[in-house]
Amino acid sequence: MATQLPPDVDAILPPGALEPLHSEARVQKITRPSLSYWQDAWIRLKANRRAILSLYLIIAMLAFTLFGPLVWRVSPSAQDLQQVSSPPGADRSAVIVPPYRPWTDAPPPVARGLTLAAPATTQYVRLAWAPLPGAVDYRIYRDIVPVHSESALGLPLGTTGSPAVTHYEDRLDLTPGTAYYSVVALNAQGVELPARETLRVEVDNAITVAEATERGLAAPNATLAIGDTVQYRLHPLGTDYLGRDMLARLMQGARVSLFIGLVAPLLYVLLGVAYGSIAGFVGGRTDQLMMRFVDFAIALPFLLFMILFKIAFGIGPGESGILPMVVALVALSWPGTARLVRGQILQVREEAYVSAARLLGGRTGYLVMRHMIPNTMGVILVTLTFAIPSAIFTEAFLSFIGLGVAPPNASWGSMSNDGIKTMLSHPHELLFPALMISITVLAFNLLGDGLRDALDAKMRSRE
Amino acid sequence: MLRYTLTRLLQGVITIWFIATATFVAMHAVPGDPLSGAKAMTTDMRHNLEVKYGLDKPVGQQYLIYMNNLAHGDLGISFTQKNRSVNDIIREHFPVSAALGILAIVFAALGGILFGALTALYRNKWPDTVIMLMVILGISVPSFVFAAFAQLAVVKLNSAFGISLLPVAGWGTVKHMILPALVLGLGTMAYLTRLMRSSMLEIVNADFIRTAKAKGLPATRIFTRHQLRNAILPVITVLGPAIAAITTGSFVVELVFAIPGLGRYFVQAVQQLDYTVIMGTTVFFGAFLVLMVIIVDLLYGLIDPRVRVN
Repeated sequence: MATQLPPDVDAILPPGALEPLHSEARVQKITRPSLSYWQDAWIRLKANRRAILSLYLIIAMLAFTLFGPLVWRVSPSAQDLQQVSSPPGADRSAVIVPPYRPWTDAPPPVARGLTLAAPATTQYVRLAWAPLPGAVDYRIYRDIVPVHSESALGLPLGTTGSPAVTHYEDRLDLTPGTAYYSVVALNAQGVELPARETLRVEVDNAITVAEATERGLAAPNATLAIGDTVQYRLHPLGTDYLGRDMLARLMQGARVSLFIGLVAPLLYVLLGVAYGSIAGFVGGRTDQLMMRFVDFAIALPFLLFMILFKIAFGIGPGESGILPMVVALVALSWPGTARLVRGQILQVREEAYVSAARLLGGRTGYLVMRHMIPNTMGVILVTLTFAIPSAIFTEAFLSFIGLGVAPPNASWGSMSNDGIKTMLSHPHELLFPALMISITVLAFNLLGDGLRDALDAKMRSRE
Repeated sequence: MLRYTLTRLLQGVITIWFIATATFVAMHAVPGDPLSGAKAMTTDMRHNLEVKYGLDKPVGQQYLIYMNNLAHGDLGISFTQKNRSVNDIIREHFPVSAALGILAIVFAALGGILFGALTALYRNKWPDTVIMLMVILGISVPSFVFAAFAQLAVVKLNSAFGISLLPVAGWGTVKHMILPALVLGLGTMAYLTRLMRSSMLEIVNADFIRTAKAKGLPATRIFTRHQLRNAILPVITVLGPAIAAITTGSFVVELVFAIPGLGRYFVQAVQQLDYTVIMGTTVFFGAFLVLMVIIVDLLYGLIDPRVRVN
């Protein structure tokens, strides 16, 4: 109000006409809450049911590994010789039987066919049969699968040595379950004749009082009588070929598998990020040189270096090499990440916000840490999630071919390797470790897919 | 084109040289030597063996000998199998692995393209869901588990039908190849299916598809001539790495199915620490992979005019 307005203006305009109008702040108001990149990504991830389910699965798997052994306090290396290779849900009850006494008295003659002379237990199976036509000797077989007329009869147990002896006692590695016994007549030359009898026998668990007490299966002051039943120890997922508890071993194996699966990718992704961001940021000849080295490092044979690191660490052929495995994975897997990160950095470097930050005087370190790495974080995170299943696969593969974890330690891979040998008769020994590997890898893959969809618009898979 | 080919070949040779050198350096950087694992031997015996294998010479000279031999295609003699050269071993066992690998690649490529096209065609309908579920499984289950359960399934089938439909293990006839090739190709097939699907879906929105539709071409023709043909291109680019995956994957499959291929032999050499065989096989595998990637890249240039390099 420095200059006095002419009087006629005051006459035209009413007083207060030159006052500013009330500004409408509402027009510019943002109605939705402002979301950062990560909040937005998290919302998108939460909307993906498969990814969230996988996340829960991974958390459950980690809990299984870390807290499982606190709940299930069974030693993974303790052997339960009563239950070797027993599948989950196997019959655990055992009948108390008197101590073994040799079978001296000949059984009463059998009218026809093959019969049991006494109840079949894991202590002994006593067979008696009617004489077969033309037999000079008898051979006894045992099989665990039904015997057809054409197929083999299974394990030859022995011969009776005389046509007069028409009974046989089997005490060889008896296991509970169904067994198929066959008796074949032999001629004077020891050649099998067509005459044979086959019997299906259900073998029950049996244990003597002394054994039951020794293994602590009965209460300390309880008295056990012949004919009582006791319960063997519980193995929820069965036992392996040495009678070790599968659940405890899976927990122990999970430690190795998940340790390698998480630590190795974390380390090599970090290494790759550092290398790739330096190459991408510095650019020029340094970049060219660094990337040439990456090209070569990618071509290095993994298996060979795995062996070399194992030897370099002074670990013999039959010993576990967890550390060399991590070192080999880190040393040979980082170039892939380095390449990817370099490409990303090269893209981001040209973005306007980086130029702006540079113009405002941002230092190199600040630019890299504040702008470039956060903006490539999505891609890095997705790489990491996909690196984890591949590291778990590698561990399983190495342990499977005998380069990784060796007995008595367990990993999912080495357990699968053991399980494959007994796959036909006891599939559970392969099934459980294989299932663990598959579920974990599946969960990480699905989570990786979800993360990629949520974090990176360019890499987003089309649905 | 010729210049490009020559450049690529030169790059390949340099890569192979690098692999060979790295292998050589790594082998010599390790404490101990190939003979220290052997049975107790007198100093004389040891010296004789060192002279025989050239281990008494300085490392630099050994490197030159090794490189010279390599340049002449001589990969050395096995340490554990006397008088058997690595060349012989490769000549004997590689054709088996190659036959298995080719069948697996054919199976993976055909399956991947077919299933990928099907998922794109029936997008978000039940065939898509079912196939993508199988793909996720194929990616998540290790090959030895597939191998084991495939064997188990065939054993059960054989005993159910009472005849031998397929052999469970071994090598010799075409029948022996089917199961291992299927297992070997499965992982790659899952990967190719995924790739084919996204490639197909990307092409649906391309201009030339719209043009084809606008011209009034029948849907089947658009699908086969325009969409499928163009979608296959990215699949071909990854065939090189896919061959790599199948060669390394064959270690396990050959082990489980008792196939006398180079992969199984390599694993055995690894377990016995047979240095020359490990080195020779590594260099051979490296050279093979480099060659495969170059061939695939050149092939890609021939098929797709857009990437043809001047």
